[in-house]
Amino acid sequence: MSHPRKQPTLRETSVRPEPPDYLNRPVPRHDLCTLSRRHFLAGTAAGSLLLMGKGSATPAFADPNRVDVESFAPDLFVSINTDGRVDILAHRSEMGTGIRTGLPRVLADELEADWEQVHIVQAKGDKNLGDQNTDGSNSIRFFFQTMRTAGAIARTMLETAAAQQWGVDVSTCFADTHQIIHRDSDRRIGFGALIEIARTLEVPAVDKLRLKPREKWKYIGKDAPLVDLDDIVTGKAIYGIDARLDNQLFAVIARPPVVGGRVKSFDATAARKLPGVVEIVPLPRYRGLPEFQQLGGIAVCATSTWSAWQGRDALTIEWDDGPNGSYDSQTFAKALKATAARPGTLLRAAGDTEAALEDANRVIQANYSVPHLAHASMETTCAVADVKTDNSGRVTTCHILAATQNPQAVQETVGRAMRMRGEDVLVNVTLLGSGFGRKSKPDYCVEAARLSRELKRPVHVTWTREDDLRHDYFHAISAIHCEGAVNDKGQITAWLQRAVYPSIEALTKRRNKMPAAWEAEMGHTDLPYDVPNLRLEVGRARSHVRTGWLRSVCHIQQNFAVGCFIDELAHAAGQDPFEFVLTALGDDRQLDMAALGLKNRDADPRVYPYDIGRLKNVLRRAAHNAAWQRNSNLPRGQGLGIACCRSFLGYTAHVVEVEVSPQGQLSIPRVWCSLDSGTIVSPDRVHAQVEGAAIMAASHARWGEVTFQNGRAQQSNFDDFQVARMKDAPRDIVVDIVESTAAPAGVGETGVASFTPALCNAIFAATGKRIRDLPLKHHDLSWS
Amino acid sequence: MTRINVNGEAHELVDVADTTPLLWILRDHLGLTGTKYGCGVSECGACTVHIDGAARQSCVTTLSEVGDAQVVTIEGLSADGSHPVQKAWKQHSVPQCGYCQVGQMMAAAAMLRDNTSPSDADIDESMWNICRCGTYPRIRAAVKTAAQELRK
Repeated sequence: MSHPRKQPTLRETSVRPEPPDYLNRPVPRHDLCTLSRRHFLAGTAAGSLLLMGKGSATPAFADPNRVDVESFAPDLFVSINTDGRVDILAHRSEMGTGIRTGLPRVLADELEADWEQVHIVQAKGDKNLGDQNTDGSNSIRFFFQTMRTAGAIARTMLETAAAQQWGVDVSTCFADTHQIIHRDSDRRIGFGALIEIARTLEVPAVDKLRLKPREKWKYIGKDAPLVDLDDIVTGKAIYGIDARLDNQLFAVIARPPVVGGRVKSFDATAARKLPGVVEIVPLPRYRGLPEFQQLGGIAVCATSTWSAWQGRDALTIEWDDGPNGSYDSQTFAKALKATAARPGTLLRAAGDTEAALEDANRVIQANYSVPHLAHASMETTCAVADVKTDNSGRVTTCHILAATQNPQAVQETVGRAMRMRGEDVLVNVTLLGSGFGRKSKPDYCVEAARLSRELKRPVHVTWTREDDLRHDYFHAISAIHCEGAVNDKGQITAWLQRAVYPSIEALTKRRNKMPAAWEAEMGHTDLPYDVPNLRLEVGRARSHVRTGWLRSVCHIQQNFAVGCFIDELAHAAGQDPFEFVLTALGDDRQLDMAALGLKNRDADPRVYPYDIGRLKNVLRRAAHNAAWQRNSNLPRGQGLGIACCRSFLGYTAHVVEVEVSPQGQLSIPRVWCSLDSGTIVSPDRVHAQVEGAAIMAASHARWGEVTFQNGRAQQSNFDDFQVARMKDAPRDIVVDIVESTAAPAGVGETGVASFTPALCNAIFAATGKRIRDLPLKHHDLSWS
Repeated sequence: MTRINVNGEAHELVDVADTTPLLWILRDHLGLTGTKYGCGVSECGACTVHIDGAARQSCVTTLSEVGDAQVVTIEGLSADGSHPVQKAWKQHSVPQCGYCQVGQMMAAAAMLRDNTSPSDADIDESMWNICRCGTYPRIRAAVKTAAQELRK
């Protein structure tokens, strides 16, 4: 409570900086990680890069003895061969967003490469490549300019090489679809034929590069099939569960049912007798805090997955549950609500909210809650490791092949467990059967490495679905308390909101018992509404499970509360929710993030402003597309709901249409989403992400819930952790992408946040029933 | 020793219990990893294969239940990805992560063998497989496109 009681209102702190020329500027060299050609080649030779190019049925490993004299690699991300083949490094993980296609196309566009002659090479974990944590809807934002710059370097050097060969001025040479053309004579030469000269040239200074203007883009903003599409539809695509190393064993692990628990005693006699079972290996519990370490338990290693699984079922284990053994999520949910009812820690304020609430004629209060949620990726977490040791047991080499969102975290965490430098851990990345944030945490890779070290042969760890749901890094359980006042003119005069949930930072910080500022900024402290009296607080909560990030993270609970509460205020004011939200957003303006104490995901607010005009624009477009005005004339049992927010630096608005039968049967025939995420690389993939986001949000809203008793997750498979199927998913999802020249923002998570409040507001419009506690399965929606 | 017919070929299995689910035979013994594990209890459909032409969940079908029936997996659905369902899946850019799509396509191919004019209700009933990426609208569209080609 040490923060100043009075802070300026949003209107007072709004700014309008000059538009930056971000998209015209190449990125500086230190951002690009341009290293010498020698380094790249050395990396290629030593790195056994996983090649999963077009037409290759299975990933092949490059020959470690290959001497790459026949290629030209001016930076880490691209290599051009004498036969004209262009290899582009995909250093982010493919989990369904299309990034393995999208980012390489940005480079290919700037290089003027012919996409048909491009091969994609999946990068190993390597910090020289920059951030590889495919998470936070960051890939395009972080690397759009990097890829363009890398492409421009290579193109410029090829142009220079051609000019040298022809003895003409370089300004008369330009690249076009895999060849360099001399403007004055129309002479042409292919990329491959220029390699010998290009290899001898100095890499140009970044400030000498010119990037292609937007109107010359060929691939950026244009659709192309996923590079893995053929492999996916023929079953040849290799995921973590399919990864194989010679002579590998298959492991299934019995883990402590309670986080922090340990094995007290175990009997593996029956398991050892089963055919195929090779070895039983106890795994120690993590040291200190859970972080990304292994949970511990007893591993059964066998000649097939099924034998290992049978072996695990035959184990008898007595557990010591540890301090979380009494955790009960129902009791905890009540405690969170009680905390949310009491004053908390103030993170942002304007005016005098207490006085304004006291003086108001009409005060609305509402409490919202969301339970623990699980990621439930279709592919469970899986990895194979090959660890070699010397006579003293010291690890000499460690190779991990895994479905991971974050190969550098694998290096770091496995390296610590193997007592070797992280950079010496070789991590190759398969395709991911989705991840949603779960596969950023490499505990399963550590398990595989420990088992391989113990057994001196490769070991593949498969998590069963039960393992996945019981031992997830769960989305935080939460309670949010809202109070607001509206005056006679229908304006919001005061808004108090208190968010209480365990922080993800509890994974790594012992003292952390409060939502972190970056968590609160996902829908809570970045409240866009122009309210004169405002208090945004957080409250204390401890974590009794491994709390992790799940697609759209704290937007899940915070935008659910904010988006539903403003609908309640609109209703209290007797106004149309769309008009009310639009008015509450206030004038078109850019928020002064620094003055409001907001971090803006560490993005430069001049490049990524919080632009209320853009937020209002998507809100208007969604309402227009849905023909919002018909809402007031819909019969009982049908309704439209609306909500909007800024999320992962993009802007999104949803209108959801529901039908609720008198018996309470809910269906979602249509959804409209308008999205403004700036410059778009792959329009069809953005559509796909927004479609999928609505369906995933619908799953969580309707059924999503993991409960705990005695510290144990009560759900274990898709029969009790239900998700949407074809018949109950939103049927018709209309996606509207705003054409924009702004810097590229997030997409994958952006499309999630405003769906659920729009859905719940639609249910209110249809039935008069307010949904404040998710999931919907606990509510009787019947009406008469 | 047990015999099993997969994709038109007979395979001999040594030291494999009759109670082993077909899924793990395909994946770990025959190296046919196109068929995916998702739940192990016939809730998600990722492991769907054809047994004598019908869609079956290989995670709950034991080796002894397969007997001498003909098993077809994604590797045997077509030699080159040219089955109308595979073509439609590509045309509509259905896959996101792609993991469940093999099971989805096998379910669709089996349904369309019996019914080349499926209604939305037919699709809802037959296509109960789970996709966590949320590709359902495109799966529905692709099924209709494949059905159209099969009607020709």
